[in-house]
Amino acid sequence: MPFTPPAVDDIVASLAERFGEIKPAVYRGQTRIELRPADAPDALRLLKQLGFDLLVDITCVDYLDYKGAKHRYGLVYLLANTATNQRLTVRAYLDDPDPSIRSVVPLWEGANWLEREVWDLFGIRFEGHPDLRRLVMPEEFTAHPLRKDYPLQGRGERHNFPVLTRNDG
Amino acid sequence: MAIATNEFDVISRDSAAGERSEDYLWTLNFGPQHPATHTTLRLVLKLEGERVVDAMPEMGYLHSGFEKIGEHLTFNQYVTVTDRMNYISPIANNVAWHHAVETLLGIELTPRCRYIRTIVAELARLSDHLLSNGAVGLDTGAFTFFLYAFYQREVIYDIFETLCGARFTNSYTRVGGVSQDFTPLVIEKIRAFLKTFPKTLDDMERLLTRNRIFVDRTKGVGVLTKDEAINRSATGPVARASGVTRDLRKDEPYLAYGDLDFQIACASAGDCYARYLVRMQEMRESLKIVAQALENLPAGPVNVGIDQRTALPTKQQVYSSIEGTISHFELSMANRGFEVPFEESYAAIEAPNGELGFYIVGDGDDTAYRARCRPPSVLHFALFPFLIRGHTLSDVVAVLGSLNIIAAELDR
Repeated sequence: MPFTPPAVDDIVASLAERFGEIKPAVYRGQTRIELRPADAPDALRLLKQLGFDLLVDITCVDYLDYKGAKHRYGLVYLLANTATNQRLTVRAYLDDPDPSIRSVVPLWEGANWLEREVWDLFGIRFEGHPDLRRLVMPEEFTAHPLRKDYPLQGRGERHNFPVLTRNDG
Repeated sequence: MAIATNEFDVISRDSAAGERSEDYLWTLNFGPQHPATHTTLRLVLKLEGERVVDAMPEMGYLHSGFEKIGEHLTFNQYVTVTDRMNYISPIANNVAWHHAVETLLGIELTPRCRYIRTIVAELARLSDHLLSNGAVGLDTGAFTFFLYAFYQREVIYDIFETLCGARFTNSYTRVGGVSQDFTPLVIEKIRAFLKTFPKTLDDMERLLTRNRIFVDRTKGVGVLTKDEAINRSATGPVARASGVTRDLRKDEPYLAYGDLDFQIACASAGDCYARYLVRMQEMRESLKIVAQALENLPAGPVNVGIDQRTALPTKQQVYSSIEGTISHFELSMANRGFEVPFEESYAAIEAPNGELGFYIVGDGDDTAYRARCRPPSVLHFALFPFLIRGHTLSDVVAVLGSLNIIAAELDR
C-alpha cells in the first residue's frame, strides 16, 4: 500500500479562519491549498507556528499554454511537520508584468537559496530578500531560462559568449 | 575614528566608530578547480590570518539545465539524466525519479519490484557513504582509509554491472518496474558482499573512529544545532547528526521499508565527527536492510502487468497474447504512451544525501510539464558559510567533505 501522509484538515480550518474560505485540493493524499500572493507569507508564518517547521522546497511552475490555467506563474511552497510527518503544499499564483511576492527568508533561513533559484530561473522577484542574486546562471545572463517561452536550445548566449584566448590574456 | 599608527593597530577588531575596517582581511579563492572540493564548486573565503571570517559559496559551474531537459524527455528517457545528478549514488536518483512519476500516475508496484528497488537504493547508500566518509578521511590526511572505502565501492559497482550492464550510470528503473530482474548471479554477488563488507567496515572504524588526529580535526568543527538544521532545511545525515530524527524511510515508509526491521542513526553533537559517525552507523543499518530484503525477496513478476499499460511487456507476452502486442505497440509509438492526469504531485525518497524529491506537473502526455528536483546538496551548500565562520582554513575541507556536496546535483 502506498503511504498516505496524516490529514491536515484542522490546519486548513484554522487557516481559513484568518484568510477566508480555502478550498483544499487533495491528489494522491497530498493536500494543496491556494492563497492570494498578498496573504501567502502571513499564512506561511501562521503555518510555521502551527508546527510546519521544515520548509522542504520552494519552486515555481510556468503555466504558459497550460490547459485551463488562469495565471502565468504558480509558486509552490512545500512544507513538512517534523513531529507529526504531515505535509502541506501551499500555492500562490502570480502574473506578468513584474511577478513578485514577499520573501520568507525571515521565517526560514533555508528559503534564501531556494528563492534565489526561483528568481534566477523564473524571474519572480522576492521582496525583502537579503541577497537576491542569480544562483546557477552567470550574473550577466539576461533571460530566465525555465520560463516556457525560453527555447530549449537557448538564444545563442553560448555562441556569443566572450572568449578569452591565451594571447589576449 | 582612531587612526592606525602601525600595522598592529590595523588588526584591532573594533574601531572607535564601532565599524570594522575589513581592509586587513585576505580574500582567498577556493575552487572551482581544487582537489579538495572534489567537484566543481567555488568558495570565496575572507581570512584573518588562518581564521575564516566569512565564506561566499558560488555555484553554477556545472549547470546543464536538467530541469529544462526534463520538460522535453519522456518519463522513461529522463532517467538517464537523473543518473548524472548525484553521480556517486545514481541508482538512488533513478528510484527517486520513478517513485515520483509513479506517484503522479498512481501506479502500484509489484512486491518483487519494491524489494528490488529497496535493495539497490540501499546499495547506493552504501557506495555514497563510503565515498563521502572516505573523502573526509582523505582530506584530513587518512589515505589508507580512503582506499579501504574505495575498494568496497568497486565491489558494489561490480554488482551493478552484473545487474544492468552499467557500472556508473545505471538508468536502472522504468515506469512501473525495472530494466532487469535479479538473476541468481546477482543475488550470489550481493550475498558475498554482505559477508565480506562488515569486516571492512570494522577495519575502517578501527582506522579512523578513535584516531586522535582525525578526532581533533573533526570534533567540534562546523557545529549545526537542531533548531538551525530545521530552520535551514537540512535533511539526511547532516540533519540526523544534529538530532533531527526525520528519516523518510521510517516517517513515510515507501517501497518495502515498512516491512523491514532497521534503525535510524542519529547523533546530537552536530559537528563533522557526528556526521561521520552517523554515516558509519547508517552503513551498518543499510546492510541489515539489504540482508533482510534479499532473503525475503518475493517471487512473481517484477514489472506491473500489461493491464496497466505502463511497463513494456515481456517478449513472451508480445508474441503470444493480443494484450501483450497491443501494450507493446501503444508504449512504443510516439503519439501514444501513458495517460497522464492534468495534476501535480511531489514525492521524495530518503536518498543517501537527504530528501531527494521531484515535483512533477503532468499535462496529458508522457513528458513532464515541469520536473522540479529538490536537491539536498543545494540546501547543504547554503549551510556552509554558517558552519565555517570562526574556524581555520584547514577546517574548510573537513566541513565541505562532511556535507558531501555533489556539484552535479547542486547545479543540475
